Amino acid sequence: MSDEPLLRVSALSKYYGARTGCEDVTFELWPGEVLAVVGESGSGKTTLLNCLSTRLTPSAGCVSYRMRDGEWRDLYRMSEAERRLLMRTDWGFVHQNPADGLRMTVSAGANVGERLMAVGERHYGRIRDTATEWLGRVEIGADRIDDQPRAFSGGMRQRLQIARNLVTAPRLVFMDEPTGGLDVSVQARLLDLLRGLVNDLGLAAIVVTHDLAVARLLSRRMMVMKDGHVIEAGLTDRVLDDPRAPYTQLLVSSVLAV
Amino acid sequence: MTEATGTRSSEAARSLATYNFAYLDEQTKRMIRRAILKAIAIPGYQVPFASREMPMPYGWGTGGVQVTAAVIGPDDVLKVIDQGADDTTNAVSIRAFFKKVARVAVTTRTAEATIIQTRHRIPEQPLADGQILVYQVPIPEPLRFLEPRETETRKMHALEEYGLMHVKLYEDIARNGRIATTYAYPVKVEGRYVMDPSPTPKFDNPKMHRSRALQLFGAGREKRIYALPPFTEVVSLDFEDHPFEIQSFGRPCALCGAEGVYLDEVILDDRGGRMFVCSDTDHCETRRADGHHGELGAPAGEAAE
Amino acid sequence: MPVPLVVSEISKSFVMHLRGGMRLPVISGASFSIEAGRCAVLGGPSGVGKSSILKMVYGNYGVDSGQIIVRHDGRLVDVASADPRTVLDVRRRTIGYVSQFLRAVPRVSALDVAAEPLVERGESRQSAREKAAMLLHRLNLPEALWGLPPATFSGGEQQRVNIARGFITDHPILLLDEPTASLDAVNRAVVVDLVAEKKRQGVALLGIFHDRDVREAVADVVIDVSGFAAARTAA
Repeated sequence: MSDEPLLRVSALSKYYGARTGCEDVTFELWPGEVLAVVGESGSGKTTLLNCLSTRLTPSAGCVSYRMRDGEWRDLYRMSEAERRLLMRTDWGFVHQNPADGLRMTVSAGANVGERLMAVGERHYGRIRDTATEWLGRVEIGADRIDDQPRAFSGGMRQRLQIARNLVTAPRLVFMDEPTGGLDVSVQARLLDLLRGLVNDLGLAAIVVTHDLAVARLLSRRMMVMKDGHVIEAGLTDRVLDDPRAPYTQLLVSSVLAV
Repeated sequence: MTEATGTRSSEAARSLATYNFAYLDEQTKRMIRRAILKAIAIPGYQVPFASREMPMPYGWGTGGVQVTAAVIGPDDVLKVIDQGADDTTNAVSIRAFFKKVARVAVTTRTAEATIIQTRHRIPEQPLADGQILVYQVPIPEPLRFLEPRETETRKMHALEEYGLMHVKLYEDIARNGRIATTYAYPVKVEGRYVMDPSPTPKFDNPKMHRSRALQLFGAGREKRIYALPPFTEVVSLDFEDHPFEIQSFGRPCALCGAEGVYLDEVILDDRGGRMFVCSDTDHCETRRADGHHGELGAPAGEAAE
Repeated sequence: MPVPLVVSEISKSFVMHLRGGMRLPVISGASFSIEAGRCAVLGGPSGVGKSSILKMVYGNYGVDSGQIIVRHDGRLVDVASADPRTVLDVRRRTIGYVSQFLRAVPRVSALDVAAEPLVERGESRQSAREKAAMLLHRLNLPEALWGLPPATFSGGEQQRVNIARGFITDHPILLLDEPTASLDAVNRAVVVDLVAEKKRQGVALLGIFHDRDVREAVADVVIDVSGFAAARTAA
């Protein structure tokens, strides 16, 4: 257990005129911790994720991140250059649609190697070796390294997106419905892969999902959102097995059992 | 009385109908010069400018022409080349344009020119102090084909995020076993900005490095000007294990025997006969005038046209 | 020897918002403690709240009032009011749990499911797998199954994986929720042996056993939960 959290969020709010995107969200995230943010459409979970990852500027509140050197930085006081560097090195963002998180017209190897090149790696052979290793870790055959993601299936694209994000050993990964739209067996494979990688690499992650099973599998802590507010939070198994809030009870009881 | 008035009005009409010196009005020249000065102050950085409507369409060198028009003076000597040759259609018509609107002296000799406007080649002869080389540029943004969003490429330049440029080179090596980009090969200027040198062959890239001349780049359709002041450091991008190499031809010019110059391939007949000759026509003529000749060329006096 | 677990005046009821807010009391004012090296068994009729008590001790269920004091890391922690991270740490190092049903994760082999608690504590995967293998062997799970994900196993096979997973660590407190429910006599005896070993190691055990033979073999003390049953008010 490390002493200090990795991310501190305080009273984070985002308004669209009179409409509330999310309001008054406060929590901390520790290294190696996976937090699921669960809710239905319109709950504000994606808005929250975007505000946390600096893709959207919040209306109020504060998000602080502990940098690799231990210093705490307010994300919205950083320069854009610093934020973009953070996004490329210490953070990852896995989009629901892998095409949004990949360069579809360059090879898989280039997709994985881009971040390395962006931070100054200039040895072709080393870049290629690292890319090959990462493709292996996400269970993509090394013989696909020169193929473009356009030729990949949805599950493969998603795994490639994950490799692309993890190659710089980020400490925090944001995931927006990482298994959305995938076939069930593909989902299972992807979830297992994510679980393994998160454990092996000690990643902290914030996973937005509407799928409670994904939350149970991937996360240890969970927040339930409705209409822009966090209405219940706690240990994932506690929230799912002993839901207190009415909406949480509704959510849990609505899940079809197989 | 009517006759005198008629004469005066037709004179007035004639003076209204003449072009300003070098075609552009003075305010436009001022605007372009400001852009040029800014470009010189930030080598390799693309300065937006208000590209004017010129009497040739986009894609025919309007950017280069505007830059030349802004810097040319009555005492300048202008040379215009297109793919190294003074006698192609483009070169001839641009030269004629400036003869008409600026009445400047023109030349085909590199050494005698003060301003050289070029499309897609750099003269073989090293340039001297006081010379200006004006490049015609189609697409100034080196990242354009990888990142179509202008908003994004501007940020990348501003924040020096050039990983994507190396992605392009990586792809080349992955696909072709080596960096296959042979022209418009991206360069890093003074260790800061990545620049497109215009579609000159990569063979010419080393000539840009620490040139004694002022190099100006104009893109009319894209409305950008950039510059390399004399003695600017220009380094071609590469990988540690795939270093930058220029093309070698393995043979001299068939007309003048020059080695280590960029050669054009000329088809001679229907039976596959061909010869390789200097792309830089002035260089070839000068060498032949000095008595050099290659296997096919006779000494100067014989026109290659 | 200091007491490893003290449950003090815990009360819980479920509020079923989907049924118009009907209140379902579970237990009220439950208090007991357990000792190291001994096995306490929760007794009482079915539905009285035994399983819920175990889940509350593990932090899986919330508690309305009262305290669950655990000796963790040299200090006292109240699981009932601890923050999630603390509860996770307590689970990682102090309280182990053999649940009634195995929640089978796709694609993870039985061996890895059993080995996971050790891997999570930093032990090498190879060494963790070796210990898991020994336990699975003792529980007579056929070796052919070790490399397969337990989702397709029978109830008894799944339960044995569950038991291995629960017994593999050296947690000072172990909670057992019907660990022998789907087992045959041979394997029930194995579980009895495992419990005895844990007792010798000084582990404090708290369990629910419906099988009378097993209960009599392992129980050192019986805690009658029906004494803590909350008054049921009709909806």
